[in-house]
Amino acid sequence: MVTLSRRRLLELGAAGAAAGITSLYGRGASAAETIPIAGIHDASGGIDIYGRPMINCLTLAVEELNAAGGVLGKQLDLVNYDPQSNMQLYTQYAGEAATKQKAAVVFGGILSASREAMRPTLKRYKTLYFYNLLYEGGVCDRNIFCMGSTPAQTLQKFTPFVMKHFNGKKIYTLAADYNYGQITAKWIKKFATENGGDVIATDFFPLDVSDFGPTIRKIQAAKPEIIMSVLVGANHNSFYRQWVASGMKDKIPMASTTFGIGNEQVLTSPEEHNGIIVSYAYFDGIQTPENKSFLEKYYKRFGEKADAVTEGAAMTFNAVNLWAKAVAKAGSVDHDKVIEALETGLSFTGPPGKTTIDPRTHHDTLDVYIAEVRDRKYNVLESFPQQPPADTAAFCDLQAHPNENKQFVIDVKT
Amino acid sequence: MDYFFIVVLQLAVTIANLALVSIGLAIVFGMMRVINFAHGEFLMLGGYAAIISNRAGINLWIAIFLIAPIVVGAVGILLERLVIRHLYGRMIDTMLATWGISLALIGLVTVVFGNTVSGISPPLGSLTVGRYAIGNYELLLVAVAAALFAAGWLVLRHTSLGLIARGTMQDREMSAALGIDPSRVYAATFAVGAAVSGLTGALIAPIVGVVPTIGAMYIAKAFITVISGGVAILAGTLGSSVLLGGVNTLISFVFTPVLGEVALLAAAVVLLRLLPQGITGRFFRKAL
Repeated sequence: MVTLSRRRLLELGAAGAAAGITSLYGRGASAAETIPIAGIHDASGGIDIYGRPMINCLTLAVEELNAAGGVLGKQLDLVNYDPQSNMQLYTQYAGEAATKQKAAVVFGGILSASREAMRPTLKRYKTLYFYNLLYEGGVCDRNIFCMGSTPAQTLQKFTPFVMKHFNGKKIYTLAADYNYGQITAKWIKKFATENGGDVIATDFFPLDVSDFGPTIRKIQAAKPEIIMSVLVGANHNSFYRQWVASGMKDKIPMASTTFGIGNEQVLTSPEEHNGIIVSYAYFDGIQTPENKSFLEKYYKRFGEKADAVTEGAAMTFNAVNLWAKAVAKAGSVDHDKVIEALETGLSFTGPPGKTTIDPRTHHDTLDVYIAEVRDRKYNVLESFPQQPPADTAAFCDLQAHPNENKQFVIDVKT
Repeated sequence: MDYFFIVVLQLAVTIANLALVSIGLAIVFGMMRVINFAHGEFLMLGGYAAIISNRAGINLWIAIFLIAPIVVGAVGILLERLVIRHLYGRMIDTMLATWGISLALIGLVTVVFGNTVSGISPPLGSLTVGRYAIGNYELLLVAVAAALFAAGWLVLRHTSLGLIARGTMQDREMSAALGIDPSRVYAATFAVGAAVSGLTGALIAPIVGVVPTIGAMYIAKAFITVISGGVAILAGTLGSSVLLGGVNTLISFVFTPVLGEVALLAAAVVLLRLLPQGITGRFFRKAL
């Protein structure tokens, strides 16, 4: 151990203090130049099939804004966190984005479980949060904007359409065993019963189940007229394979609320997915000028083999632009001012069409399409323009109760 | 009546699945007392080998029955040479080493092939029983399992290779004294165990699909089946597969698949409490 002389100690102390002050200056200077924003989506693990297109569109939207001069004259500094399909990391990264990065806004969350893991953290740190994937509806929280479609927008039209299209009334539901699957199964039962149908059974499967043998025999015994698939994740894809292997594909038709959000039409073969009916707020085959030019930009930026654009990805793109519009209108990135600007009912027309924020629910009015999957493509069968988020609106009024902070769940027994 | 028949077929399929998944591990653990935590990854590599070669244009059956076992057998030989060979007799150390290998293999496959790979559809159509149906491919799995066990029994009982293998397993020193090279026997056994695991992985790939983490799904069940089976490789694995697979299927039919899994684990706990040496520690002790 070298003994320090007093002179040496004073020298070191002065150098240390100087370095400390300069680094403060340096950080302060760069903070004034850019606006930090965070993206928290799974880029690895079983849920990455949903996350990768969303990350692509987020990156594209931010790069576009930056190329046009940024927002309020400042460049956007995007950090993409990868929670690796692990819920713990979602909470951790939400905290990091809010406190260490001091993000002005967070775009992220895929599974409803991940959204509910992040929502309280981001609300506590007053960090604005956009959740952009379709989900089961009902979230009532002033800090979050949910851009994805909800059951009243898709399922409410979808269920009677499917019953008429397949000429059947008896439905067998297979759902993933977590909040999204459980609540969506309730909604399916509600809408089926309202239209004269009947859900004869609902089976729930944890996300790591991939053996559906006994279930398929049970379905054969129950003899439903329609199968409703609310299955989630790469492991559940094996259901479609085993369904074909059992020879059931042509015997009972299938509809799904989740098939395609992870580009499952690429992962399965046409004999596995032909004829499945789905309903979302976006299909990449939509023939509007905005969508066509967007897809050109998308494939030019990410290459011809990039993941196809899904509803979640298209809504992420709209969300970023809506946020940018709100910041421009508010004149600052301050949390409360941007929320007030969004609550004036801002709308943006992007690849999925025109999406307008609903100030009472913090959800959006959007276009809805019903399509059939065939040979790795979607054929749009019907469209319903500008559907309001009626399911959440039935329970949630953030203008009357701005401190509301919960997710409402409808009371239906499955 | 139809329902009864289909339940019996489903039982056979689940039992065969469990037996196939466990037999590779049973060979390695039963013969050499090596705890191979990379067993699940051998399954995964077999699945990937089959799918990748099939998509490159090779006939599906050749990909499953020839390419997958050869590829994974080669990986097994490599691992045995580089890692396992130095750790015979040191059980905890082999556990750690094979755990590390499993993580490395998962990472490697993820980096090279990504997280998701489009699968292959199961071929062969389906068998209709009254108003039920079951895939013919799943029934093929039952046939392959039966053939594999039969072949294993024939080799172990009636060939000199089998005799050498059994001898080395019973008493390594004595076999060495009689002129057999135990390290070569061990290397060959590990390769065979790996090749069988690869075959199983390839066989279940069309039904379950492959993702890099698919090994984790099977490793627990394989271990439970092998340990519950006891000392004898073939009879033990068959016995515990029948018991545990049977419980799993029946409870899945009556209740839900989740409860079926719970029942399988509960049955294993009860079994090990009653028969700590496994089934063949007490019954069928002289069996292979």
